[in-house]
Amino acid sequence: MSAPTFDLGTVHGGLRLPILKDESTAQVIQHVPVPAQLVLPLAQHAGQPAHPVVSIGERVLKGQLIADADGIISAPVHASSSGKVIAIEQWPVSRRFGENAPCIVIECDGQDRVVHLAEDIVSFEQQSPDVLFQKILYGGIVGLGGAVFPTAHKLMEATTESLEHLIINGVECEPFISCDDMLMREHATGVVVGAQILLHALRLDHCYIAVESDKPEAIHALSDALTELQDDRIAIKQIPTIYPSGAEDQVVQLVTRKEVPTGGLPLDVGCLVQNVGTAAAVYDWICKGQPLISRVTTVTGDGVAAPMNVLARIGTTVADVVNFVGGYTERANQLIIGGPMTGRSVTTDRVPLVKATNCILVLSEPPSIGVERPCIRCGDCAQVCPVSLLPQQLFWYACADNEAKLRSYGLTDCIECGCCDLVCPSHIPLTADFRIAKLRMRELADEKARAERAKQRFESRTVRLEREQLQRAQELLRQKEVVKNAGPKAIEEILERSKTRKDED
Amino acid sequence: MRQVLYALIPALAAHVWFFGPGILFNLAVATLFCLGGEAAMTRIRRRPIQSALSDYSAVVTAAIIAFALPSLTPWWVTATASLFGIVVAKHLYGGLGFNIFNPAMAGYVVVLVAFPMDLNLWTAPRMGDIDYQYPTIIETIRYTLTGMLPPELGFDAVSRATPLDQMKTGLSNMQTFDEIHNNPMMGSFGGRGWEWVSNFVALGGVWLMLKRIIRWQIPLGVLAGLLVPSAFMYWADPGVHASPGFYLFSGATMLCAFFVATDPVSAATSPRGRFIYGFGIGFLIYAVRVWGSYADGVAFSVLLMNMAVPAIDYLTKPRIVGHKMFENWHHKSRT
Repeated sequence: MSAPTFDLGTVHGGLRLPILKDESTAQVIQHVPVPAQLVLPLAQHAGQPAHPVVSIGERVLKGQLIADADGIISAPVHASSSGKVIAIEQWPVSRRFGENAPCIVIECDGQDRVVHLAEDIVSFEQQSPDVLFQKILYGGIVGLGGAVFPTAHKLMEATTESLEHLIINGVECEPFISCDDMLMREHATGVVVGAQILLHALRLDHCYIAVESDKPEAIHALSDALTELQDDRIAIKQIPTIYPSGAEDQVVQLVTRKEVPTGGLPLDVGCLVQNVGTAAAVYDWICKGQPLISRVTTVTGDGVAAPMNVLARIGTTVADVVNFVGGYTERANQLIIGGPMTGRSVTTDRVPLVKATNCILVLSEPPSIGVERPCIRCGDCAQVCPVSLLPQQLFWYACADNEAKLRSYGLTDCIECGCCDLVCPSHIPLTADFRIAKLRMRELADEKARAERAKQRFESRTVRLEREQLQRAQELLRQKEVVKNAGPKAIEEILERSKTRKDED
Repeated sequence: MRQVLYALIPALAAHVWFFGPGILFNLAVATLFCLGGEAAMTRIRRRPIQSALSDYSAVVTAAIIAFALPSLTPWWVTATASLFGIVVAKHLYGGLGFNIFNPAMAGYVVVLVAFPMDLNLWTAPRMGDIDYQYPTIIETIRYTLTGMLPPELGFDAVSRATPLDQMKTGLSNMQTFDEIHNNPMMGSFGGRGWEWVSNFVALGGVWLMLKRIIRWQIPLGVLAGLLVPSAFMYWADPGVHASPGFYLFSGATMLCAFFVATDPVSAATSPRGRFIYGFGIGFLIYAVRVWGSYADGVAFSVLLMNMAVPAIDYLTKPRIVGHKMFENWHHKSRT
């Protein structure tokens, strides 16, 4: 069956941002060689960090499992080249400002020897969905769109009656980032076969690949691949180039005209969204036996000598990647992991490239932000908000710490895209304020829950104490009663009994 | 906010052409006192003075006050309006972004009530009245500084009833709209001169709309709010009611629609809410002009609708994506 066609939906607001991708798409994806050292964080995915299954000094091969999934939602980590584990220690990672996190450090031997797969590769069509889910879990595959949610769990959650559409998300709307674009141009077959595997595993009959209309090369490559594979279950959907069309809920809205309900998942409207990179990773693992140990990353900005897209091993440090593209320019001033809108600033280039790293952005100077002025309620922010919030009102209630109002004005629906910050004539960092307000809200809820638990404990203790006191009083009363009824002779008997017992002791 | 000032320049030129240079002196006095009040209050409130003065919001307030007052106004009247607007209506409510009431309109209403005589001294428009003696620049300056006219120029000699005044008195004296409209003080739509100032105000307003500095909801709301009742009444009985065109192009309608009601701080905030807010102002302007005791009702209408803003905002929240309609209307109150 071919994918049903219908008109595109629309998303409120959004911004036409400068694209800034021409420099990094000028040449084909370059392969970063094996670095001297690989740093592999145990937490590269949403959920529980993986736990190491190698010890210091152990030799590992490329593709070998070095940390296994731990807990209900987790993903394993594989060695991305061969070498020796020299440390399992705290290392700066690309969280905000490069905080430390436990990492496995491998000293590479440069030979890049591949681990021997235990089983042969069989055609995915001959494998049952459950087997595929298990395999995808073992392959350490996580959502490469940014959320890094373990793909296997997402797929398993989605195998319900209500699932209708699979959407492969190639909408890369943030300025500078072009890794998905380049991946689609050069590995369109991988993306399409990955989509086929997912369709098979989910027992679905159609899928959409959403791509922005300003990526003609990617669209061309994908349609070539589709013609070659003769698969009419997969349709390409061209999306207008407006930020943030690539966000999960917005893609669903654009492709299917359905709104993801508040607090819900795309699954609530019968959709499952997977990034193109994830689809390609699934292909690499299921069809070629290579777990998720490398990814395409955009290295760009006016702070690097030669902006380009690179295929680098997970665990390569940012410093090594930047060296590969010719190093920093003199103007390099700030390092951002991710895009300019949603990325995180880090203070050191010792941080490793992880599964989530879609962009290494080096900029000359921090974008000049004007002085923050009071909000004049101009409403420009509300015009661009993709979820139709009123950021000016949210800001007002965030300042006033009015939790009830924040809830009713939909603070939790904010997707933190940053559009409101960009248009604010008073230069108010709205998104940051909303992040803080969300945190506070969560803290307040936690505090409330803790207080409630403490109250319950206290109340049950009071009840228990009262009950015990009552029981003691009753027992005393009963004993008195016994003594009174027994008379003097019985008392003598009792005393005698206790005396003989003492003697026996 | 600087663009808002640029947008008023054509109207200012028209005002000078038709009503003499008085508005320039009003503008100077108002700017002086608005900026002075702003500086003093930010100083007292220990806020950065530099950024408060450089955002031009106080100058915009001054410009609107200058346009609202008659071209011949003694300086203390202008100063009172400016200081009340900035000190009380703006800063005592928390400064820029926190004021409930439009500062310029609050200041204007205070002097309207406190100095009713002074606010009636509208000069006749150029070519509106052949017997009219126009005060010279020197006389205008002297009047602005002292509130005194030279003995040979009586109060009656320089002051003329505004078209809205004439219309109101005429209609209440059982004159028909056409009779009143044949007066040489009247132009094609509104009053002679006044309508041209209005045209240039509207021109500046449209430019602001095209530049996306103001959005269409409030201006069109105001105009629609005035147009709908006036057109209905005129259609029902054209003899005793003025035409919608007259109401649209006289008094401060255009200034209100494009420059006063569009003050975002004191206006409603959602697009739908803004239209309702504007419509309410337009409707109230009509009500005051026809049934009230004042000839024009812009300031009162704006202040009344300012008060309605929290309710409008509450009732016109847009539907958040992923929510059902009206789902976020109600919320549990804090416990």
